[in-house]
Amino acid sequence: MGTGMGMGMTMRGAAMLDDFFTRALIAGIGLAVTTGPLGCFIVWRRMAYFGDTMAHSALLGVALAFLFEINLTVGVFIAAAMVSGALLVLQRRGALSTDALLGILSHATLALGLVMVAFMTWVRIDLMGFLFGDILAVSRLDIALIYGGGAVVLAVIAWLWRPLLAATVNEELARAEGMAPERSRVVFMLLMALVIAIAMKIVGILLITALMIIPAATARRFAATPEQMALMASGIGAVAVAGGLFGSLEFDTPSGPSIVVAALALFLVSLLPYSAFSRRGSAADGNRMP
Amino acid sequence: MLKKSDPALRGPRETLVSLKGAGVYRGGRWLVRNVEFDIARGEIVTLIGPNGSGKSTTARSAIGVLKPDEGSVWRLPGLRVGYVPQKLSIDWTLPLTVARLMSLTAAHNASEIAEALASVGISHLAGAEVQALSGGEFQRALLARAILRKPDLLVLDEPVQGVDFAGEVALYDLIGRIRDETGCGILLISHDLHVVMASTDTVICLNGHVCCRGTPQSVAASPEYHQLFGARAAGTLAVYRHDHDHTHLPDGRVLHADGTVTEHCHAGDGHHGDHTHDHGHGHGHGHDHEGGGHAR
Repeated sequence: MGTGMGMGMTMRGAAMLDDFFTRALIAGIGLAVTTGPLGCFIVWRRMAYFGDTMAHSALLGVALAFLFEINLTVGVFIAAAMVSGALLVLQRRGALSTDALLGILSHATLALGLVMVAFMTWVRIDLMGFLFGDILAVSRLDIALIYGGGAVVLAVIAWLWRPLLAATVNEELARAEGMAPERSRVVFMLLMALVIAIAMKIVGILLITALMIIPAATARRFAATPEQMALMASGIGAVAVAGGLFGSLEFDTPSGPSIVVAALALFLVSLLPYSAFSRRGSAADGNRMP
Repeated sequence: MLKKSDPALRGPRETLVSLKGAGVYRGGRWLVRNVEFDIARGEIVTLIGPNGSGKSTTARSAIGVLKPDEGSVWRLPGLRVGYVPQKLSIDWTLPLTVARLMSLTAAHNASEIAEALASVGISHLAGAEVQALSGGEFQRALLARAILRKPDLLVLDEPVQGVDFAGEVALYDLIGRIRDETGCGILLISHDLHVVMASTDTVICLNGHVCCRGTPQSVAASPEYHQLFGARAAGTLAVYRHDHDHTHLPDGRVLHADGTVTEHCHAGDGHHGDHTHDHGHGHGHGHDHEGGGHAR
């Protein structure tokens, strides 16, 4: 009987994954948990525009993946990593300000991707799906990619937490005290490329940065330490994903924008006058040092 | 936390850092050239010089943050550095309490942290966010963080900026005590041309190169120092004094202890030595006084 129940559970579990909405929900929550800590670093390092530029290059990655017939996720990762590498090189040459370089790369890669996709008449590409996310498109493979990739990202962040944080506060200080801020920066960019690659299907290229930044910004209000902020950002992101996907299903809106709108709603709530939270806040302060 | 050990009881002092003909070239010009000095364990070396004379550049190449473009910098293998940079701004979005700042580059336990904060006199600020600190409090927090590492070499780039005069004296006393108790070497960049911490062993006067060096007294007497800082500075490389006989008013005038108000400090005023705001010197650089108010 026990065996029968177990089988029943397994079958129900398998049937659950047959439901596109459940797949999207599982994938989205896994993604939000991953983007939380990474998003905090983007906010702390003031790299929002940088993240946007890398995300925009994802469409170029999609086009290249179709052209060379490689896995989409791999193509997007390579394109995003190459754009961030190009940016590092151009920054070092110092001919233009970082701001102008980002403006050029961000829109150039997006436009290049769009033009290349338009040329490839032999493939049918759901452009809206790539730009704004498509929950119908989330497969079991995507779930595996998100959880596998997400686990890698979180493991690396946990492993490099101290050097990453030290380099965020001050690169010279980190270098003087025996850390390698350049290595932290490169690792951070690769992690961002990886997250963009696995996030594309759920939230879409144009809105990936929002899923990283808005939950982190929401968490800032309530966090007393960097570690708390990273954990809270993951939780807030997961709530936003769940809310957004339910909204998307209910109102037949595209998934990516719905998730971002849900995240925005949480952010706006966090801006409410502090007195509304003070009771909870003072309880949480109880074990902090005076 | 600070272990008592008398540096005088040690044998020959171990060299921590040695610069030989070091120069740094950036943006089409040499920021500093031909800098030579050693720092030994238990020694306090103070760099002074006008703005743009390469003080920070020299300190940063000494600890390996900058690679020299000529000459060489040798560091004791495994040298542990504690660094207080000249400028450190922490983005508001990063929630960081003073206590958490202490463990930025290495883990420390709570009692060590409490002890370090107590030694710089900011125990009460352990739970405060770093962005809410005043300039002086922040400098103390950074100093506490640097000494927590039990460094072999402590590098302090203008550690008393933004600190009021009484605090400045207390911090210099503390720095001297850290050297006495831990026996670490200290490279100190002075924010004031004419005022050098009393316990400094070697003063190095920089102006794109080493102008002169020696004990505070010998540098004050050297013709190069007079040429660099002008005749009015003659004889007034003040070793740090505790007298405080005038106050700078917000409009730039000076209120003296006897109640008079003048446009500038007098040559004999305490704490500045011969403080003038417009002196030129032999190398043609202007110099503006960079005292307090540049905390972050």
